[in-house]
Amino acid sequence: MKVIVSVKRVVNHNVKICIKADQSGVDLTNVKMSMNPFDEIAVEEAVRLKEAGKVSEITAVSIGPIQAQETIRTALAMGADSGIHVVNDIEIEPITVAKILKSIVEKINSTICFLGKQAIDDDCNQTGQMLSALLGWSQATFASRVEINDDELTVNREIDGGLETIKVKTPTVITTDLRLNEPRFVSLPNIIKAKKKTIAQMVASDLGVSLSSHLRTIKVVDPPERAGGIKVANVYELLSKLKSEARVI
Amino acid sequence: MSTLIFFEHKNDNISIASLHAVTAAKQIGGDLVALIAGSGCTAAAEAAAKVPYVSKVIKVDSEEYTHVMPENLANLIARIAADSYTHVLATATSMGKNIMPRVAALLDVAQVSDIVEVVNENTFIRPIYAGNALATVKSLDAIKVITVRSTNFDPIANIGGSAKIEDSKGEGDSGLSKFISTHQSNPNRPDLLSAKVIVSGGRGMQSSANFKMLEEIADKLGGAVGATRAAVDAGFMPNEYQIGQTGKVVAPDLYIAVGISGAIQHLAGMMNSKVIVAINNDEDAPIFKVADYCLVGDLFKILPELKASLDHL
Repeated sequence: MKVIVSVKRVVNHNVKICIKADQSGVDLTNVKMSMNPFDEIAVEEAVRLKEAGKVSEITAVSIGPIQAQETIRTALAMGADSGIHVVNDIEIEPITVAKILKSIVEKINSTICFLGKQAIDDDCNQTGQMLSALLGWSQATFASRVEINDDELTVNREIDGGLETIKVKTPTVITTDLRLNEPRFVSLPNIIKAKKKTIAQMVASDLGVSLSSHLRTIKVVDPPERAGGIKVANVYELLSKLKSEARVI
Repeated sequence: MSTLIFFEHKNDNISIASLHAVTAAKQIGGDLVALIAGSGCTAAAEAAAKVPYVSKVIKVDSEEYTHVMPENLANLIARIAADSYTHVLATATSMGKNIMPRVAALLDVAQVSDIVEVVNENTFIRPIYAGNALATVKSLDAIKVITVRSTNFDPIANIGGSAKIEDSKGEGDSGLSKFISTHQSNPNRPDLLSAKVIVSGGRGMQSSANFKMLEEIADKLGGAVGATRAAVDAGFMPNEYQIGQTGKVVAPDLYIAVGISGAIQHLAGMMNSKVIVAINNDEDAPIFKVADYCLVGDLFKILPELKASLDHL
């Protein structure tokens, strides 16, 4: 069973972002970039399934500028077998990403796609669901446990207020939530081994996908700041303020 | 212009979550149509017909919608939307997030996720980078598929309307997925998304057992308990308690943050709360920059005091 994992290069989650003066977007010059944390969980899950003998081959796919290769290398060092880099320097929307991934899935004939549930830059939470719809496959989003039995997967999903268990038929698209696993640290020998693995390069037009956009970003601004608060000395003062000033208890 | 709103419901009644989407739809303008799909959902359709500004309820009462399976629902919503709608809305709950991108893909359009403001019929504001930036986005698509962040749109009333109810046929079962079970984590406390008070703990709580103290205080205030990603990662609380960019986004009247440093990812999930109280022993913790009332001190001394004082309130 072949598996695809999509990995996105995003601003590291610890970085405090800055907005460009012309309000055209977030300034990414000299900012530390990393693999989207949810995608790391997706890679880890695929690698664990391979180690358990349930999966034969893992392809890590990234769409982005030349530096997206580093993100693919990280996935290879974690245990993916090969990479596909769709070189692209412009910002594209989830629907377009889903079309590119669909074309790759059909090319290499994979049975399961693992994606992070959302990217921590655009916070869209769309690509997995869209890919599943375009392929006409089943989907299991926000997965916190995945179990494969033949042509069926049992998945626990994180939903508002609790958990849901569903069964999905393969082929399927899984999007990963935080509790699914804890991604491994990449060891030096594995980083060296990853350098020998192959990364195929292509562009969207090779895959027959046009990059026309559906959305236009008019501007990006800072969120309004909250006015500063006051210090209270003790529980008594806190409660009396909450009661008489804020009137929330 | 006409908007199709996907209504969440429990057969006998509609979910409050969807009433937030109605408010956003009203701001967009045009005709408002509610979709109720389920099995034995007549009462829910009747409840939806009473929601103000809704002119028509499309009721699809069919077995394949007994459980909310995205493959089945997306096929249905996309078919109806393709008829004559300019907008398709749902609230950005775990259900809306699961289904709507699938609808957008079937319609070959983009989705605008988690809008916090309607600028006009095709332009919306949405948070990106965990709410550290707000993007104004214009949709160029003929059908705009949108999810609505509930905390930024007050729910509309659920009485006063008188829409007509129209029956429509289902699309049949896709056979791709099957519902097995749900596990509700705590039916006795209010849901995080609708709670007026949330008492939330971070890594500073030190253990799962210590969260009991927060639960007791939450119960006294009729509130819910939340946790940071750090507390969830440390195994203190299950993931469904997580508030933040990758968890739930909440905006209660009162948010009490205990032992929470205030990481960017957490602030993204609670910054819109009306009143924020922070209790932390580190005076420089970033949480104090967003809090209205700051109490610096040892939470293990403060929490018992707080509980005792609430007993006498």
